[in-house]
Amino acid sequence: MSKTLTKPNTVKARAELALNDEFLRKAVKFTTERLRNGKKNASAEHGNWDEWRERGRQIRLHTIAHLDYYLNMFVNNARANGVHVHFAETGAEAVRIALEIAKHKQAKTVVKSKSMVSEELHLNHALEEIGVEAIETDLGEYIIQLAGETPSHIVIPAIHKNRHQIAELLSEVAGEKLAADTTVLAGFVRKKLRENFLEADIGMTGCNFAIAETGSMVLFENEGNARMVTTLPKTQITLMGMERIIPSFQDLEVMATLLPRSATGQKLTMYMSCITGPRREADADGPDEMHIIIVDNGRSLQLGDPEFQELLNCIRCGACLNACPVYRHIGGHAYGGTYSGPIGAVLTPALNKNVAEWDDIANASSLCGACYEACPVKIPLHEMLIYLRRRKVESGYGNKLESAGMKGFASIMRSAKRYRAALGVGKLGQKLVVRGGSIRTKLGPLKGWNAYRVTPSLPKTSFRQRFAALDEEIRQGLNEMSPEMRSRMERIVKQREQGKGGHGHG
Amino acid sequence: MKVSMFITCLSDALFPRVGEAMVRVLAKYGVRLDFPEIQTCCGQPAFNSGYWEEARASARTILDAFEESDFVIAPSGSCIGMIHHYPKLFENDPVQLERSRRLQGKSYEFTQFLVQVLGVTDVGAEFPHKVTYHPSCHGSRLLGVKDEPMELMKNVKGLEFVPLPFAEDCCGFGGTFAVKMADISGAMVAEKADHVKETEAEVLVGLDMACLMNIAGHLRYRNEPVRVMHLAELLAEGANLL
Repeated sequence: MSKTLTKPNTVKARAELALNDEFLRKAVKFTTERLRNGKKNASAEHGNWDEWRERGRQIRLHTIAHLDYYLNMFVNNARANGVHVHFAETGAEAVRIALEIAKHKQAKTVVKSKSMVSEELHLNHALEEIGVEAIETDLGEYIIQLAGETPSHIVIPAIHKNRHQIAELLSEVAGEKLAADTTVLAGFVRKKLRENFLEADIGMTGCNFAIAETGSMVLFENEGNARMVTTLPKTQITLMGMERIIPSFQDLEVMATLLPRSATGQKLTMYMSCITGPRREADADGPDEMHIIIVDNGRSLQLGDPEFQELLNCIRCGACLNACPVYRHIGGHAYGGTYSGPIGAVLTPALNKNVAEWDDIANASSLCGACYEACPVKIPLHEMLIYLRRRKVESGYGNKLESAGMKGFASIMRSAKRYRAALGVGKLGQKLVVRGGSIRTKLGPLKGWNAYRVTPSLPKTSFRQRFAALDEEIRQGLNEMSPEMRSRMERIVKQREQGKGGHGHG
Repeated sequence: MKVSMFITCLSDALFPRVGEAMVRVLAKYGVRLDFPEIQTCCGQPAFNSGYWEEARASARTILDAFEESDFVIAPSGSCIGMIHHYPKLFENDPVQLERSRRLQGKSYEFTQFLVQVLGVTDVGAEFPHKVTYHPSCHGSRLLGVKDEPMELMKNVKGLEFVPLPFAEDCCGFGGTFAVKMADISGAMVAEKADHVKETEAEVLVGLDMACLMNIAGHLRYRNEPVRVMHLAELLAEGANLL
């Protein structure tokens, strides 16, 4: 936890730490590659992946467009099932509600299954402060809790650690040296957590989907720990982002097809639990009391915003992280927030109304679009990153040097005459730095670029200077166009004029 | 029929040979490219960095330059991709919005035009070398130009194609990203260059000079003797046009 506080406040500086950590880079590459290949194979095997992505997108678009309606339906149904439903506008309010429940129950320990909302609220810390022990039971979360860190991946919280580092952490808990063998390590944690499940007063979970028509909450997991968390303790608290809603179980079929395949390449996770209210009399297990805390915490800022509403469609699968070439090199902590990777780079600023507090996170992307391609609900993250940059500039928080540079850019590019003149100046100016046809200086704007590259020099003649002579030569020896080609071109132009035109719209 | 060359500022200033290769390959099929001199830059550096007013100043030269064209062709999927953003860039300006939509509908990346419009998949070239290919992100992901370059290369005699491992991963260019996030970009281009080396190819081709300048710049920095060229150059050379 203290590590979050001492983190540098720019992504550039945080990335520097990661780039110098060979262990981290190796571990992140290893697992993201495994996950993205798994996803690639699973979606190819599925056969109609793109159609299902579109179905998923439509379900999410529809739900978010009518979020008030479906939230109401969900809440009414959940209450009818005997669930206590709470609304929290801010993170602080959500924490307050959770702590009140814990106090009321005189809880000593809380066992938790994986919840990104809980990470967003820094809830463990708050529980500790009132003397309640919070125990993470997802293996990855357990590891980072021991290490005093935050998750560096939405689905694989300890992705940045290798098994030797994990063995070291667990050996401390065990009081003996554990072998760096995954079966041994997982076996140790399983045995350890069994005791915690039995003793805990409260079980706390996240929520993958909330089903409006029945008031059920759905959890996807692989370790079975969420099932323990939701059956053994007497009280259950579920933290739920307000956008987790889907209308019906039919829609869940689509999401259950998209989520595991996108996240880990699995057709389905080992466990999928649908929980509809606390234990009924005939039930053998389950909590006597169930609470759902519905958290806004900046999400409603996206509602009605045409550039960002689709952000609420995210199903937190992590596929964009696994596909991202930037995440691959810098891991999750460099993003500086609870959510990392491309989704984090957009979500972290978008959840914060105060533009002045945005760091340079939206700049940590080459805008390659791998995130969009990987996204099971087709969120255009690569475009949202540009909108964030624009909003920062328009709010007056752009970089001063860059702002001056862009003014210069516009004044040159607004007319071909000025552009030609600038090229001329460039050709003269480069004489100071060109050696053997290339530029190696590490001064000025070329500092970062030339730290890794050699820059080509401007040739004597630009294309526009060359064109007249070239065109004259072409004109003299031009072949006749074949009639088929001509008619194809004419047909395309005609179709376009009739409004059927346009092509390749990405 | 007016087919116009959108040279892109980068190829105009630094890689005029790419433009010449395009002119010569298309002339083989009876297309005489027109070159409106009032064009400058598509505006992408400013657009991507969030400076949209500045981007519009530059983009207007492109809208003006190709007003009368039937087809607009560029040696870059990224700059054509930027034209696809014009409707968003000018969303509050009905006049420019309409012009943006028209321009978008008639703009093509070079191989897209060659294969989809002219129907050419074999330019009659011979290029007896080991070649690998980097699919640039904007062209392949945002415009969907994936099969066109492959088909064109498949029909080049003597060309031994070696697939590039992790081909779809970004090379790390990203425009101002390479300057602002220089170390991340450096790590990305280093990995890309490692993969190029693994193929043992003599030549790396692509469809976007920005990405190729990035990868070539790093290969040269490491003194790796891989030749880097645009596919238009390869086709023109192979067909003895350049």
